[in-house]
Amino acid sequence: MVKIVKCALAAVLASLPAHAFAAWELNMPVGVTELSRRIHALHMLILWVCVVIAIAVFGVMIYSIVKFRRSQGAVAATFDHSTRAEIVWTVIPIVILVAMAVPAAATLVRIEDTRNSELTIKVTGYQWRWHYEYLDQNVQFFSSLARDSNAARQLNSGIDPRSVPNYLLDVDHPLVVPAGKKVRVLLTAGDVIHAWWVPEFGMKKDAIPGFVNELWFRADQVGIYRGVCAELCGRDHGFMPVVVDVRSQADYDSWLKTQQDGTKTANAAE
Amino acid sequence: MTTSSSIAHHQPGTPARDHHEEEHHDHHGPAKGWRRWLFATNHKDIGTMYLLFSLLMFFVGGTMAMVIRAELFKPGLQLVDPMFFNSMSTMHALIMIFGAVMPAFVGLANWMIPLQVGAPDMALPRMNNFSFWILPFAFTLLLSTLLVPGGGPAGGWTMYPPLSLQTGNAFPMLIFSVHLMGASSIMGAINVIVTIMNMRAPGMSLLKMPMFVWTWLITAYLLIAVMPVLAGAVTMLLTDHYFGTTFFEAAGGGDPVMFQHIFWFFGHPEVYIMILPAFGIVSEIIPTFSRKKLFGYDSMVYAVASIAFLSFIVWAHHMFTVGMPLAGQLFFMLATMLIAVPTGVKVFNWTATMYKGSLSFEPPMLFSLAFLFLFTIGGFSGLMLAIVPADFMYHDTYFVVAHFHYVLVPGAVFGIMAGVYYWLPKWTGRMYNMTLAKLHFWLSAIFVNVLFFPQHFLGLAGMQRRIPDYGTQFSDWNMVSSIGAFGFGLSQLLFAYLIFSSMRAGAQASDKVWDDAKPHGLEWTLSSPPPYHSFETAPEVK
Repeated sequence: MVKIVKCALAAVLASLPAHAFAAWELNMPVGVTELSRRIHALHMLILWVCVVIAIAVFGVMIYSIVKFRRSQGAVAATFDHSTRAEIVWTVIPIVILVAMAVPAAATLVRIEDTRNSELTIKVTGYQWRWHYEYLDQNVQFFSSLARDSNAARQLNSGIDPRSVPNYLLDVDHPLVVPAGKKVRVLLTAGDVIHAWWVPEFGMKKDAIPGFVNELWFRADQVGIYRGVCAELCGRDHGFMPVVVDVRSQADYDSWLKTQQDGTKTANAAE
Repeated sequence: MTTSSSIAHHQPGTPARDHHEEEHHDHHGPAKGWRRWLFATNHKDIGTMYLLFSLLMFFVGGTMAMVIRAELFKPGLQLVDPMFFNSMSTMHALIMIFGAVMPAFVGLANWMIPLQVGAPDMALPRMNNFSFWILPFAFTLLLSTLLVPGGGPAGGWTMYPPLSLQTGNAFPMLIFSVHLMGASSIMGAINVIVTIMNMRAPGMSLLKMPMFVWTWLITAYLLIAVMPVLAGAVTMLLTDHYFGTTFFEAAGGGDPVMFQHIFWFFGHPEVYIMILPAFGIVSEIIPTFSRKKLFGYDSMVYAVASIAFLSFIVWAHHMFTVGMPLAGQLFFMLATMLIAVPTGVKVFNWTATMYKGSLSFEPPMLFSLAFLFLFTIGGFSGLMLAIVPADFMYHDTYFVVAHFHYVLVPGAVFGIMAGVYYWLPKWTGRMYNMTLAKLHFWLSAIFVNVLFFPQHFLGLAGMQRRIPDYGTQFSDWNMVSSIGAFGFGLSQLLFAYLIFSSMRAGAQASDKVWDDAKPHGLEWTLSSPPPYHSFETAPEVK
């Protein structure tokens, strides 16, 4: 059954023009971390379980609606309960739920395991930008919405958002991390609650003033990954994106060196 | 004048009852003019006021939704400032929840509970008057925040601190209006419980009550349990803002997350407050138009009770991303998944009621069937949201927006519309235009899906909630969703037209209204419209 539905969906999608895919996106990205792939697999598992149950339940409903119409001369039966049926449709859902809970719990345990990280970055949310601090590396900076997006997003700016590359998803100073390293992110906030989210990394967590939360990711592929603040944080909540630039270890090291030199120069100048 | 005197005058078996009733009617009919409404103690008059108030708020909240969807029609900011956008989404939620859905259910309870349990009126008529008349003041206060310096509340209807503490002059008005709404709800709930517990007709044991009465009884207990919790939470916000307390501020030893725990301890039962009476309504309608008794009545009652119990131990699933201990996350995930079991029982029982029935598709049945399909879709997305690791992706995205709108619009609101179309001829004594009602149904059912289904895709693709503008990759589905919203909003004008026209004109409805379907229940033994004091003599229930 699942295969038939998958094939049908694939056929429908294939019939659409290719350029439409990016915009008419239907599903969650698979992402580039172990956690994002596990979460994606879990999401697809429950989605298909729901689809199968829906086909069964909606099938019976539609069958009843079509078959037992008064206009077609249907005469009502008189039964009003069946203990056996009621036990069956209580027990089966419990079994399905347990089957879904096991992989979910296993993934959750993996998500919560922040040990043995190779790099720790403290992320602080402010209205409305992010501050990144590389702990023990003497590097820190703010990351705000890119200028061209900021100009285009003003009320009646006259600038077509489609003409701005990565509209609302670009920043002046992206977070730079090495590929293949377990990065631990410590989250807090300076004013109100924010939430740091990069969909391709699979994780989202709240940044709460006065408290420190943590999450981890290990990006497998070099690239630029874009996310957003996910917790309503005031007027410009929609305008404080997260951009993470994942580089090779060598590129990351040279970037870090430049940043550290820049910090030293700045300190010397003071 | 009071209801209690009319009870005392009409002991069952009083001789010469008919004569007495005529004489009685002169003295105890409705007052004339505005006094009838301002000093109303009659359950039907108060029920009517609740329902009309709810309809008005449905259009006020709906207009705000239109502003939201118009701004989101295409990327870029064209119409409103982000702050005004935020206050639109905040006010839309508060008005739809506390102004439209809850008063609609209280209105239905006022009209139908006395009719369904065989009582002359609600047990506490003066409190009934008070609980209604609080609402216009509460919502005038809430709506007037849009005019004060700093604008309306814009921190989300969940009022999370510290953000909500940044609200301007609207802040104390918001808190006080929430207090008023809570007081109104608690009084309404007390009235429902006292009526059901004390005024049932002889012979109507608890397990013979109609499902709508059962679901409201349980809902009323939920209201009494959680509305004071909300009042406490917002009072703590008030003292944090004005009196130097630091309940929710880490610098003073408080915790902003504690607000979320307290809020959702109210908020999750609140979700069921908005759906259980709809369960009751469709449990009345599906058997009627299937011409078959409700399948598994007892298990339906137990399922509602289980859902109500579970609603108290799942609140933290609204806040998985705040950073809870692993054990806490597992507990709340498992407890939340458990809710699927009694909810499944209800869906299966409704389906089994239709199975081998003899179905016809009048407007109330059409809305109930749409409820059945679309609420189930909302149930599935709810199950997906319960899975914590997946929730880390879904949380605070349009996937959540799609989920709760599926359970609230084609869930709660379609349930209310089904109930209105089912009982409206009983209330007004006149049939409405069936063709227009069916047109209203098809337009609503199609547009609600055009409106909300694409929001699942938006959320999964990464669009977060509560934003006035978005990345261009989300343009297409947002445009589809907005078109659905405008279509859905306009279709509701038909609903208002049908209600008002049925008050003035239309064929006389018979006592049973749906003669062809032979509906069960005491409300169908009375005339359409029912006498002013409903059951002056208690009926016998076998």
